[in-house]
Amino acid sequence: MRVYLTGVTALATLMAMSVPVRADDPVTFRLTIKNHTFDPAELAVPAGKRLILIVHNADDTPAEFESHELGAEKIISAGREASIRVGPLTAGHYPFADEFHQDQARGVLIAAGE
Amino acid sequence: MLASALIVFREVFEAGLILGIVLSATRGVAGRAGWVAGGVLGGLLGACLVAAFAGAIGDAMQGSGQEVFNAGILLIAAVMLGWHNVWMARHGREMAGEMKALGRGVSDGSRTLMALAVVVGVAVLREGSEVALFLYGLTVGGDGGLALLSGGVLGLLGGGAVAALLYRGLVSIPTRQLFRVTNIMLSLLAAGMAAQAAGFLIQADLLPAWGAQIWDSSAVLDQKSIIGRALHALVGYTDRPAGLQLAVYGATLAALLVAGRAASHPAGSQPVTTAPQRAREPHRV
Repeated sequence: MRVYLTGVTALATLMAMSVPVRADDPVTFRLTIKNHTFDPAELAVPAGKRLILIVHNADDTPAEFESHELGAEKIISAGREASIRVGPLTAGHYPFADEFHQDQARGVLIAAGE
Repeated sequence: MLASALIVFREVFEAGLILGIVLSATRGVAGRAGWVAGGVLGGLLGACLVAAFAGAIGDAMQGSGQEVFNAGILLIAAVMLGWHNVWMARHGREMAGEMKALGRGVSDGSRTLMALAVVVGVAVLREGSEVALFLYGLTVGGDGGLALLSGGVLGLLGGGAVAALLYRGLVSIPTRQLFRVTNIMLSLLAAGMAAQAAGFLIQADLLPAWGAQIWDSSAVLDQKSIIGRALHALVGYTDRPAGLQLAVYGATLAALLVAGRAASHPAGSQPVTTAPQRAREPHRV
């Protein structure tokens, strides 16, 4: 238990020491949910930057923007928009979905370059 | 119908796991049924309110209302779990000694039950409000009412069955070990909730991420898999944790360990134990 505790403390200290400087100003992208589909369904974003996704739910039912890949989870009520902060991302594909309409409402962020 | 059954199942399953642990952790405490039921009912009521005002909550605080709300209730639950663990460190031996009525501190007993009722309430509220919004969306979307209802009931039954299984499994552990196990599980649950709260505050840009993604273990254990989801609900497993989440997780566990130790060795007073028990467990960890 003591060893465990020491390990946990060491981890916490390590994390505290390795605080990276904040990336510069975030870049904003807009997405719309209409008829339970994302527009655009594929979005190219810069890697290595902080991003703000502004998701507008144009449907008359609530949506839940969710992406484990992006570490994002947010309910967007009918007719409203929500901003979600993600990144900085390493290059790659980051799928997301409206959890309430997973069959149709799917999209992907493609992070590339620097 | 299958889609609605699945989503309801998933949410009930996650809340049910927490309910299962809490029920196991309070085994033998007088009056727990009422408190836990109160927690569930309060959570359901809260879920409906949150669902009804989801738009307003989301728009609050320059659009960060939802994250702050989620983080807030998760942190309250984590604090309640910590409080319970400290209480258990003081009274666990009495309970393990099968002194079910808790000779001393019946009022303490009801206070820790209140703390755990809040935890159950928060779990039900969080998952329940998602279910409520989802089902509401389906109704507005004009999905067949009957299919919806049966899907919901199927999901509810399935999720409830999993929770009951966890409870049966846990309470089959001998009483003396049971509280040690549930104490560890509740500590991990508290750490997981605190880390999730940190995740929401990062999403709202109120806290720095300290590294948006420290590792990616989704290839080993996908958080979207059923085991991944269970571990997420139970111990806060995240396959792509942010640095701050790891730090908060570690710090919460460390704080709980320290508090538990301090509480189990109060200065100048010996915890009440029966002789044979003391012989069997010379050290308390």
